[in-house]
Amino acid sequence: MTVRERLRQNISAAFYRHGLLCASYPVPIVLFTSASILTCCYPLLKLPLPGTGPVVFTTGVRDYTIPYHEPQGEIGERPEWYRGPPVAYIQQVLVKAAVSPWDNTLVPVDVFRSPIGRVFSLLEEIRNHVYTDSSGVRSLESLCLQVTDLLPGLRRMQTILPEHGCLLVSPGNYWQNQRDLFDLDSDLLKTIHQHEPKGFHISTSLRDLLFGVMKEHTGVSLYSKKRVVTYTITIALSSYDPRFLGSLRARLKQLHPSLNCTLRDDHMVHVHFKEEIGIAELIPLVTTYIILFAYIYFSTRKIDMVKSKWGLALAAVVTVLSSLLMSVGLCTLFGLTPTLNGGEIFPYLVVVIGLENVLVLTKSVVSTPVDLEVKLRIAQGLSNESWSIMKNVATELGIILIGYFTLVPAIQEFCLFAVVGLVSDFFLQMFFFTTVLSIDIRRMELADLNRRLPAEAGMPQPKPGPLRPRETPPPPRQSPHTITLQAPAFRNLRLPKRLRVVYFLARTRLAQRIIMVGTVIWIGILVYTDPAGLRTYLAAQVSEQSPLGESGLPPHLGVAPVFPGGDPTSTLSVLPAPEPTIIPENHSNGHDSLGHITPVSPQISWGPEDEDGWKHLYLRQWPSLFSYYNITLAKRYISILPVIPVTLHLSPQEAIETRHPQDTRHQPPPIPRTPDQQNDLTLYKVAALGLAAGVLLVLLLFCLYRVLCPRNYGQNGVPHGRRRRGDLPCDEYGYSPPVSEISPLLLRGHSMDIECLASDGMLLASCCLAGQIRVWDAQTGDCLTIIPNNGLRRSSSSGGWEHRDGWDPMTMPEPDTLSGADTGACLEGAECDGYPLRRRLTPSRPALFVDQPDLTPLIDTNFSELPPSQKPPKNGFDFGELVDRAYQEHEPSPSLAFTPSPTAPQPRRPSVGDQPVMSPDPCSPGPTDWDSSVWAMELRGNLIAAGRSSGKLELWDAVEGSLRCCNEDGVSGITALAFHNNRIVAARLNGSLDFFTVETNKPLGLLQYRGAPGRGSMPPSPCYRSEDVINCQLTRSVQCAHQKPITVLRAAAGRVVTGSQDHTVRVYRLEDSCCLFTLQGHSGGITSIYIDQTMVLASGGQDGAICLWDVLTGSRVSHVYGHRGDVTSLVCTTSCVISSGLDDLICIWDRSTGIKLYSIQQEVGCGASLGVISESLLVTGGQGCVSFWDLNFGDLLQTVYLGQNSEGQGVRQLLVLENAAIVCDFGSELSLVYVPSVLEKLD
Amino acid sequence: MPRLEEHCWSCSCPTRMKAEELSSASWVASKAEEMMSIVTSVAGHACGSLHRIQTANLIRRGLVLFTIGVFLALVLNLLQIQRNVTLFPEEVMATLFSSAWWIPPCCGTAAAVIGLLYPCLDSHLGEPHKFKREWASVMRCIAVFVGINHASAKLDFANNVQLSLTLAALSLGLWWTFDRSRSGFGLGLTTALLATLITQLLVYNGVYQYTSPDFLYVRSWLPCIFFSGGVTVGNIGRQLAMGCAEKPHND
Repeated sequence: MTVRERLRQNISAAFYRHGLLCASYPVPIVLFTSASILTCCYPLLKLPLPGTGPVVFTTGVRDYTIPYHEPQGEIGERPEWYRGPPVAYIQQVLVKAAVSPWDNTLVPVDVFRSPIGRVFSLLEEIRNHVYTDSSGVRSLESLCLQVTDLLPGLRRMQTILPEHGCLLVSPGNYWQNQRDLFDLDSDLLKTIHQHEPKGFHISTSLRDLLFGVMKEHTGVSLYSKKRVVTYTITIALSSYDPRFLGSLRARLKQLHPSLNCTLRDDHMVHVHFKEEIGIAELIPLVTTYIILFAYIYFSTRKIDMVKSKWGLALAAVVTVLSSLLMSVGLCTLFGLTPTLNGGEIFPYLVVVIGLENVLVLTKSVVSTPVDLEVKLRIAQGLSNESWSIMKNVATELGIILIGYFTLVPAIQEFCLFAVVGLVSDFFLQMFFFTTVLSIDIRRMELADLNRRLPAEAGMPQPKPGPLRPRETPPPPRQSPHTITLQAPAFRNLRLPKRLRVVYFLARTRLAQRIIMVGTVIWIGILVYTDPAGLRTYLAAQVSEQSPLGESGLPPHLGVAPVFPGGDPTSTLSVLPAPEPTIIPENHSNGHDSLGHITPVSPQISWGPEDEDGWKHLYLRQWPSLFSYYNITLAKRYISILPVIPVTLHLSPQEAIETRHPQDTRHQPPPIPRTPDQQNDLTLYKVAALGLAAGVLLVLLLFCLYRVLCPRNYGQNGVPHGRRRRGDLPCDEYGYSPPVSEISPLLLRGHSMDIECLASDGMLLASCCLAGQIRVWDAQTGDCLTIIPNNGLRRSSSSGGWEHRDGWDPMTMPEPDTLSGADTGACLEGAECDGYPLRRRLTPSRPALFVDQPDLTPLIDTNFSELPPSQKPPKNGFDFGELVDRAYQEHEPSPSLAFTPSPTAPQPRRPSVGDQPVMSPDPCSPGPTDWDSSVWAMELRGNLIAAGRSSGKLELWDAVEGSLRCCNEDGVSGITALAFHNNRIVAARLNGSLDFFTVETNKPLGLLQYRGAPGRGSMPPSPCYRSEDVINCQLTRSVQCAHQKPITVLRAAAGRVVTGSQDHTVRVYRLEDSCCLFTLQGHSGGITSIYIDQTMVLASGGQDGAICLWDVLTGSRVSHVYGHRGDVTSLVCTTSCVISSGLDDLICIWDRSTGIKLYSIQQEVGCGASLGVISESLLVTGGQGCVSFWDLNFGDLLQTVYLGQNSEGQGVRQLLVLENAAIVCDFGSELSLVYVPSVLEKLD
Repeated sequence: MPRLEEHCWSCSCPTRMKAEELSSASWVASKAEEMMSIVTSVAGHACGSLHRIQTANLIRRGLVLFTIGVFLALVLNLLQIQRNVTLFPEEVMATLFSSAWWIPPCCGTAAAVIGLLYPCLDSHLGEPHKFKREWASVMRCIAVFVGINHASAKLDFANNVQLSLTLAALSLGLWWTFDRSRSGFGLGLTTALLATLITQLLVYNGVYQYTSPDFLYVRSWLPCIFFSGGVTVGNIGRQLAMGCAEKPHND
């Protein structure tokens, strides 16, 4: 034994034990696994949430130096991106201006016209500011960030944004920084608004860029309450010169002092922008995710034969995902911070880890013999695949290890994640998934057990050995059919697509859930991305938590300003001291307030919220500003210098002076248009819109409902009233089709149970155990003819019964019991002497035919007691010889060449006409057994062919009830008959097969003397007219067609197919009775055969197998094991094969592939009879009822109860007539069920 | 015969799936029309006497492969463009579709040829490919291929030799994981060599220019990408060829 072998065995044994463990303690193991997953994922909490929000780092201004490119020793204090110079330094001058004191003579435009007008002088000041020291003269031009052209797509902004010069933006840009244009502008708001983007726009607008503060805080509005205008002048500097900036700050402060300003000017903020995701990046990302989902789909699709496919697929995906989370968590725990973009590498990680092992495991476990205990099944399945799983894991680890030696840091990191992920995935597979699988298998077994307890009772439970890891004994034929419970998705393969989608939506309540989830996600996104919301808070938290954030800055700077600053409304209330400087000092202009202090006088206050003005802005402000000049900020950072506050107080006079002439003219009266009113208007608008949308939605839904639902959906109540005790679920979606009352038409008349049933569409012939044959009209249910048996005491030539021992006791139980009863009744035995006495040559006349000669005295009504009729057999024979002679004399040709006589003879008594034909039969003088029971019956074109247990074949006229012909060639009982065109094939108990030809000879004039003329007006029956002389001749007898009794005989498409107890099926040609094929393939007696005009041949046997054959070549098309017992019935449609078995299961197979589509579990003791009404409508017989099934869905459509006392009487035979009516036997009654048109219309 | 019947009603799944793709890429289809006729005729000659049904099957497979090739070329091109992407996606899309419009159709044609050649070669060599024949595995293969491209586009390698070696190792790993057949390796290698040669010729003749200034960089990853692309497309082609015959069984 090599090392490899030993290793393999050890692994196998270990897996076996592990499987036992998992299946034994599922709940603790799942709990343990969940706990370990959570534990391993715990470190993930420390990681910042992924996002593209900018990251902030604050340093002090005083000792600021440009960070080096190379990381210095103090790693850990500075973020990784804080290297090298920033893209730009942003210096903002925050201007707050107000006209103070407010005068009632002022118009609303005055609130912002003159304050904005002051921006030009400020700009002038800034531009012209020069700082001179020993090193030279520095001006803004030399320091600022020089920009070139705008991007080609931004031509319309060319007049506004600076080009070829300093990047310096302010509200003055609206007027090209020219005071003249500003003064000439009659409508400032319009100018500002014309550059606003139309509609809802989430990104930065030009207004935000130019004003530098959020729209709400600018105060540039006619309805501003505070009457304070805020804006910034933003200067982008390419290099940092503290001295220049210091002097600028000092100069501005000196010009416009802000007394109560509490802004700190000792720290600068560096904002790092993450990589942006554009379409170009999104497409490959989406592609990889699509591939990932396709992979998961194709993988999980292979999970089959389990209780819950979805559950297991979910478990598989959960296994992989949580192993990934675990790997990230573990890596974080041990100090490795992920630097890769998680979203990008995630699909690759999933693909590398893969779902293969999980699937292999499932397949292996599922394919273990189902008779074993769940524990053992799991253990065996595990150990069977242990070697391949281990090999797989080892290979993948090896490949990843190779990847680790590529020495590329990113690949190394990826490999590290993958290795940890693989290991944790293996762990999870072994513990989590195996346990889930065991739970699933157990559930399936329970469900299976409940369903098939009776069928399984007889099956011996094979006891497995204690430890047989690798030798799974292949069960002979259990496995293919024990797992009959298909997953619902599989069962509904054949649903129309539209319905499937709708059903799926309805079943899963997908729409509601999607809407719910969407709402939650939307709210989450809103909260997260809200500039004043969670993200800033998180960013603050992160910067607080991480040691980087607090480096080199006092603790109160790091956090405190950030969060309160995020919420402007709350800060107002939190605002420590609003400094009630009611009379601001207007140092700049010298204009003093004239003591005109009104309560509405605007106050300029500086709070901490101003300090972080950049945070109020949308996150894309800076990137979009720079992107206009094709400068990307992705993965780079900018440094924001402390704000220079400027306070402007303007006097009313100045405001009035700067007015544009149109300002006053066109001003609407300020009082009526209060903001409240506007708010109200908006509210109304929103309400109206919402109402309209709601109405539209309702209409849309209504239309959808009308389209999707049938018109009378749910109107016909009692959906489950007639269902069979509610234990057969009609539809897994809860949809029940409308029920229309189907009342079966009961045909009563037989005194005993009905044994044979035959129909040719128009007529219906039935034969009961008493031997009475009745002919019914298939349309109306009227009884047309009664052919009573000749005697109750029947002698049974029961010589062949021993051969039938092995027969299915269910399909043919009656002959057995009868033969016993008969033997008891007929003490004399089969050849008892009484037969000639009781022989009655005249069949009964139906009461319908009153115009016939009265032959009632001839009718033997008292079968047992009456003396023999006046025609002893000898007479008949003599007469027959006479007629025969005359017949041969007068017959011009033996063929049918003679002209039909215009005057049809009076219907003769059959014996008279028929005897001559039979007379040459050498063996007929022997005891013809009239008392034998009818074993087989066929009906074609007015002729009933009845095969008796005595081996006699009789042809009766169906309408008149007269015996037309009789053949007693064979002595063995006729077990099956086929009547095709003019040929009758009779299968006998001894295995021989007789071919008869029915010849119609027109009667000769010779015979006319016997009967009255007339009756030429009788409608011609399809085949045989009652006046024709019918001659039934044995053309060929195949003596040893089968070694054992023939059980089934079917004829169609010019072929006769016989099935026998000797496990073979034979195909004969009907014309020349030549045996074409002997089909071997069953391992049991043949119990059912189906053949139709399309030459489809299906056979089912006692072994539960169903074979499909090609009649042309004799080859076997497919061979499936479908039943746990005999196949009792087989029907084919164009697309599928339907079989029912002794296990009360109806299986529907795909005809071309032999794949089982689904199976229907019926109640115990029913389901031997089957019929197909249309392509999609199946009817089965049950206990006192017939059920209609939809073949496409496998759903029970309706159950029709045949009688009041429905219990106990099973429907054994079922015929589907051409007019979609169903005839079935129901004890001694026949039941004619008309299928309502509702069922026909089902697609 | 059972096989006959199944033959007749096979091969519907993948084509139906691709039908939507085709419609969406209608502009490609117009370009593809004449190419496809050439391809199918060549393939038809190569495979000798083919049945009519098989020819139709071949055309269908070729179309599917062509679509996949075009799509992958577009996506991977996008990945490469990202290296020096600007902020405005409109421009990217414009360059993607304007500068070298003939590249995606070329890639599609190559994919069709290679994807048809693989199963053909298999059948001629008489060694049918049985290793991991399922769509899940093919999906995995495509994902790894895209991953290799991703790595070559996104990762910063120390030098080109390292890049080449890494990519070569990855490509070999791809082949070993998903193919493991001699014919696959040979054909992949041939593809890589031929494609590289053609590209170089094109570049030398000035038909096409690399945007990247680093010429060596491009040359170092090109053969590996071509090799793994060949293996991937071959995998798809084999699965398509087999999926047509064996699809009903799987369902």
